[in-house]
Amino acid sequence: MKFIDEYRDGEKARPILEEIHRLAKEPLRLMEVCGTHTVSIARYGLRQALPETIELISGPGCPVCVTSNRDLDKAISLARVPGAAVATFGDMMRVPASESTLALERANGRDVRVVYSPLDGLKMAEQVPQMKIIFLGVGFETTAPAVAATALEARNRGLKNFFIFSAHKTVPKALKALLDLGGTKLDGFILPGHVSAIIGSHPYEFLAAEYGLAGVISGFEPLDILQSVLMLVRQRKSGRPRVEIQYKRGVKPVGNPRALEVMGQAFEPADAEWRGLGRIAGTGLAFREELAELDASRAFELKVPATKETKGCRCGEVLCGLIRPEGCALFAKACTPDNPVGPCMVSFEGSCAAAYKYGS
Amino acid sequence: MNQRSTVSSSLEKILLAHGSGGELSHELVTSLFVKAFRNPILDPLDDGAVLRIGGKRWAFTTDSYVVTPIFFPGGDIGKLAICGTINDLSMSGAKPLYLSAGFIIEEGFSLSDLQAIVASMQETASAAGVKIVTGDTKVVNRGGADGIFINTAGIGAIPEGVNISGRNARPGDRVLLSGTIGDHGVAILSLREGLQFFTTLESDCAPLNQLVVEMLEVSKDIHCLRDPTRGGLSSTLNELARQSGVGIWVEENRIPIKEQVQGACELLGLDPLILANEGKLVAIVAEEAAEMVLQRMQAHPFGREAAIIGEVREEPIEKVVLRTRLGLTRIMDMVVGEPLPRIC
Amino acid sequence: MCVAIPARVKSIKGLIAEVEIGGVSRPVSVQLTPEVQKGGYVLVHAGFAIQIIDEQEARETLKFFEELVAPQEG
Repeated sequence: MKFIDEYRDGEKARPILEEIHRLAKEPLRLMEVCGTHTVSIARYGLRQALPETIELISGPGCPVCVTSNRDLDKAISLARVPGAAVATFGDMMRVPASESTLALERANGRDVRVVYSPLDGLKMAEQVPQMKIIFLGVGFETTAPAVAATALEARNRGLKNFFIFSAHKTVPKALKALLDLGGTKLDGFILPGHVSAIIGSHPYEFLAAEYGLAGVISGFEPLDILQSVLMLVRQRKSGRPRVEIQYKRGVKPVGNPRALEVMGQAFEPADAEWRGLGRIAGTGLAFREELAELDASRAFELKVPATKETKGCRCGEVLCGLIRPEGCALFAKACTPDNPVGPCMVSFEGSCAAAYKYGS
Repeated sequence: MNQRSTVSSSLEKILLAHGSGGELSHELVTSLFVKAFRNPILDPLDDGAVLRIGGKRWAFTTDSYVVTPIFFPGGDIGKLAICGTINDLSMSGAKPLYLSAGFIIEEGFSLSDLQAIVASMQETASAAGVKIVTGDTKVVNRGGADGIFINTAGIGAIPEGVNISGRNARPGDRVLLSGTIGDHGVAILSLREGLQFFTTLESDCAPLNQLVVEMLEVSKDIHCLRDPTRGGLSSTLNELARQSGVGIWVEENRIPIKEQVQGACELLGLDPLILANEGKLVAIVAEEAAEMVLQRMQAHPFGREAAIIGEVREEPIEKVVLRTRLGLTRIMDMVVGEPLPRIC
Repeated sequence: MCVAIPARVKSIKGLIAEVEIGGVSRPVSVQLTPEVQKGGYVLVHAGFAIQIIDEQEARETLKFFEELVAPQEG
């Protein structure tokens, strides 16, 4: 497959690894923000291949993992609305809310359907005008423009039975909040490739300018990640931290202006509740007034039970890189992919799931 | 026992995931069914039960088919039902002889669809040299079955000298795979609502009894046979590693996989190792015999792309290790829940 | 956080393109990448093309890997 296979070539990994080993003589703590990077790193066994001086810490870049229990409870309540069907990305099905999961709701007879695209949800709404179709919008800036475009399309077509619940969040300010928490000492970031395809590199410049941290926007194939690590190691050696793009075939410094425009037409910044990071101003995406009719959070009177946080769950700390999955007492004991306590174990991209599945 | 304080631990209901062939299925089977029915014939939990009657050994197995869509590229639920049971018997090393076919049909089901399914079953059974000798039909109210459910049970004769079981893998054995993985899983997914994509892929649904006969002619040193259906190659290898108490090491770049399956998996964020296969088998064969068995497989229409994908070692016990394209290793874990497309 | 895959644009009709990867194809919206050309490659996420792949840059990245060959290689 073009633009994929070439970046998985084992032969080419060796020289990069050798160069990294040659240069990385001092400890380097790098946070890989994005869940898809967490998975790629685990899947290809990259952690073990890197020198011991380099520590890769997983960050809060798993949109499913950082969705608060409150928002998850709202999603469950939406599934219980009579005459409604919930359309969701597969990622959300097994995430435990305070008392249930979408999979359990389906087992209990609610109409919950997995879709690949928000447009599939739109199509469903057109096909069954007598039902309310509620799409669960989860994801960062990679996904938000697609959901925005779908919302605008629904409005243009005059659809009255299609709704979207937005739990979308944005990344750059969350990174700032993470750093301001002060708990994790970092030298640099492996930055999310596809979020950046949309937002570009400019929003991250504060990392170098205000915090003196290096950042490299990385692709997801193993050679991309290795090249990014090498770039970070070289930056460290040069003593001049800056934000660079490794994933040049997918990311331009200005990102995708059209996508940003569409996002802005549907959404405006709002406060958002992040698991592990708490409330962060301006990191949520809420529907503009013009789209209030399809905003599920406004369209439905939801009876949401009191939110419960599970005792012993330390997902929040894992998400901030404060502890490794193995540092949680529940990891691999009470909390396994079969019996997940928190989202970090359920989500395919969750650090705990990756650590459990791919082992050491 | 684990401390459990989560939503899924206070399980009062069966979930779809309990039927998908992964961890949860395994747990349900062992902690409920095996616990209740416990006996020495059931306990090995191989694909079929091995019975001793009249001084001979027989394999006996059953399976139910609830797949939708009922008609798919490369087959239909009827063909699947026949091949599935023939293959389960073959995985015990048995020569399949007789099948039963039980139908649960939803009121309102199309008669011409039923005729097509039945014709398909006869064609498949006859080509495989197996007879359908008894059956049953029930009709339920609308909504009681997804159109049609089929159960098949089968009996086969195990030749002398053949000793195949999930417990027989030994360090040094080679792991053989009869062909490309993920074909059936992707062919089915391509028709699912909400996921449509266009592919010329067909299900690999096929009866493997004759392939197994050929393999056993070459060597009796075939220790394990299993078909990687629900749960895919990953679940099958993990089951074998557990049952035999060994470690299984697999090379990622030796696993045959069609380009279209890879493309579909990339698009939907799926792992081909956990997708269902309906016409493939995994064989664990003594080292000395592996090459010969492989060649015989490759000479058969259902084994053209057969490959040696790995080997059995002592360690890590009960685990499967994958050496990735990059040359680095990681654990190949069992699937949890049904394979769902993801965007993250 | 994002499974987005490079796929080739086979055809475009209005704001929908038929894209193909490894012989599998499906329609995606190109609303977010209106400058897309037939025969080009796009990153596909959740049924949308979210960015056009810069093939020149892709080649540059591959060149970097080739050039980073240890001197003792032989």
